[in-house]
Amino acid sequence: MIEFLKRMFGQSGSSSTAKERLRLVLMSDHLSLAPELVEQLKIDLVEVISRYVEVDRTKIEVSFEQQDSALAMLANIPILAVNRPKVEAAAPAAASLPAAHASVAGDDPNAPASAALPRRKRRKKPASKAVTVT
Amino acid sequence: MHELKAESPVVLTQPAPTLGRAIVVTSGKGGVGKTTTTANLGTALAQRGAKVALIDADVGLRNLDILLGLENRVRYHLLDVLEERVTLDDALVTDKHSPTLFLLAAAQSREKDEVDMEKMRAVVAELRTKFDYVLIDSPAGIERGFQNAVIGAKEAIVVCTPEVSAVRDVDRVVGLLGSAFRPQLIVNRLRPLLVRKGKMLSVDDVNAILRLPLLGVIADEPEIIVSTNRGEPLALRSEGATANAYRAIAARLAGDDVAAPMVEAKESLFGRLGSFFGGRR
Repeated sequence: MIEFLKRMFGQSGSSSTAKERLRLVLMSDHLSLAPELVEQLKIDLVEVISRYVEVDRTKIEVSFEQQDSALAMLANIPILAVNRPKVEAAAPAAASLPAAHASVAGDDPNAPASAALPRRKRRKKPASKAVTVT
Repeated sequence: MHELKAESPVVLTQPAPTLGRAIVVTSGKGGVGKTTTTANLGTALAQRGAKVALIDADVGLRNLDILLGLENRVRYHLLDVLEERVTLDDALVTDKHSPTLFLLAAAQSREKDEVDMEKMRAVVAELRTKFDYVLIDSPAGIERGFQNAVIGAKEAIVVCTPEVSAVRDVDRVVGLLGSAFRPQLIVNRLRPLLVRKGKMLSVDDVNAILRLPLLGVIADEPEIIVSTNRGEPLALRSEGATANAYRAIAARLAGDDVAAPMVEAKESLFGRLGSFFGGRR
């Protein structure tokens, strides 16, 4: 039990820094994509998503992390508003969807993006996708 | 001090077939203890009664002879054999302490590029017909010297210290080797106290990344330096935690179901707690 507590206090030690650095460095090692390619991927991703929703391009985060034996891509893309093709009379429709909106705030990545609240930023997360490791 | 003590009865090594096991000891990064590991593991295997040949594949930077205290007995080296100036029997040096342990030393004044890789493969193959184990001590790096060391090998042992740079390099080496070599891990230079204080990666931290079968753990002990100074591998000692750890590694390599030594048991407990709390990050 004492050791357990020690371990808890030890969490702030430099080994956790080492672990985190190792995680990050191996991620980029395994992902044989050059940083420019990752940047391009981000641009393309935004372009596709922008066809459906308006996103905050300045706050997009794309990262990669080890999940079990595969590398996962995590994209965090704040949604500002919904672009709907025939939305001229959309105001009442948006107001009538609070329940659907709740599911976006949850973890379901398949939740319909069209349900997002127009005024507020909503985070779409996690949009994870396996990327093959070399 | 270094009388031979065979703790376990002489067992014929695991795949008792006609061919011995050719195992490369490698790491990518330099200075993690590949040569020390090779010397001690070779000694521990020989003490179990196995016939063991050690090849120093670090052409240009010969060191394995020093760790075994055989530097004055080396007459011929690997390149003499590869270039057919002498036979294997001429070049193999018998160990001072273990009569079934032999060394094929590296050439000190030659270069890695001068090694004929096909001949190297053939020499390892020949050694496999005469020995139970052929341990090949790889140089640091992943270039020609590493390739020379790997070409005749069928299995790999990777040596890793609990450091970010060492783990990264082992990860790379394991990627280069591929699964055909069935790499097994030795975590070297572990300092349990630092791990406990959260100042060093634990064995589980290391292996959460590498995900390799763990052959054993060697703690960082001052006596290892002393043994290097003397040219007497610690595995010769009849007692002591480090000697026991090397013996346990040899036993596991031979296929015995040996209990994990203390260092490992402790560390993996901490490691488990650690991954329980921090595993999702």
